[in-house]
Amino acid sequence: MTPESRPSALGGLTLGGTTFRSRLILGTGKYPSERIMQEALKASGTEIVTVAVRRVELSARGRGSLLDFIDPARYSLLPNTAGCTTADEAVRTARLAREAGLSSLIKLEVIGDSKTLFPDLEGLLLATRILVREGFTVLPYTSDDLVTAKKLRDAGAVAIMPLGAPIGSGLGIQNRTHLRILLQEISDIPIIVDAGVGTASDAAIAMEMGCDGVLMNTGVAGARDPVRMARAMGLAVEAGRLAYEAGRIPKKLYASASSPEDQRIE
Amino acid sequence: MRILVNGTDREVPERITVSALLRMLDLPEGRIAVERNRKVIPRSLHSEVQLSEGDRLELVRFVGGG
Repeated sequence: MTPESRPSALGGLTLGGTTFRSRLILGTGKYPSERIMQEALKASGTEIVTVAVRRVELSARGRGSLLDFIDPARYSLLPNTAGCTTADEAVRTARLAREAGLSSLIKLEVIGDSKTLFPDLEGLLLATRILVREGFTVLPYTSDDLVTAKKLRDAGAVAIMPLGAPIGSGLGIQNRTHLRILLQEISDIPIIVDAGVGTASDAAIAMEMGCDGVLMNTGVAGARDPVRMARAMGLAVEAGRLAYEAGRIPKKLYASASSPEDQRIE
Repeated sequence: MRILVNGTDREVPERITVSALLRMLDLPEGRIAVERNRKVIPRSLHSEVQLSEGDRLELVRFVGGG
């Protein structure tokens, strides 16, 4: 598959009509501090950051808002519906997110299993259909299942976000074959690996395969030095993308010399 | 009258508006989204919408997450 056969081929990641230069989407959870998060976002070069929607703590006053640490001129907010286990909860959360953030972008999660955090595909589809009808720009977190991906696309999702491994596991891309099938068969909207990335090479592998972007949180926030890891991830996503666009050499079993075979001294 | 705010029972003045409730709770109007009985109340209506006995409110904001 050539880069030109994918959407937003050269020049950036296009989501719901907006094109982003960076293909890395970064989460804002689990950093040691808000300052470190802020530095990590900057070091990664990301232009889209995910946020969660939660009840205001009525007893804890005076704490700064997360938004004090995220420059709206620099980053687009991608609220998620993390923790929702039914389509109804996810839809309500998305509506609240739109009200809080004044943007229709939503990372749609409907979780079906608490141990693996695998998505409930039935609920995900239902919520996607409802939210698309309400004008949301829906990016569903899903499994690597092609049939579901096609249904999500047909329902109006602007991207497909399959997991590479369980959320927060850091196992890396465990499902290359299924991702390759998705990349072959879904060529009209971006495929963004969401979850599983543990270190820079994982992100590079996803991008070299031809994925259009990578979304991660724990891989950066949980690293010993999140700011350095954020930079590494930014470089890896870019390097992987460049390698994909450049077109790698075919793999061969035997050597072929790089230096001229002739005119050697005797 | 009694209303439920984020799952907690609260005594508030009759027909209090959403804006007045947020002020009472010392919450910044701009960054809070409000749902009343499972329906979002747009920010533009916060100063008009009056709450009723038994209303269930969800007051949410963005926090760090993936």
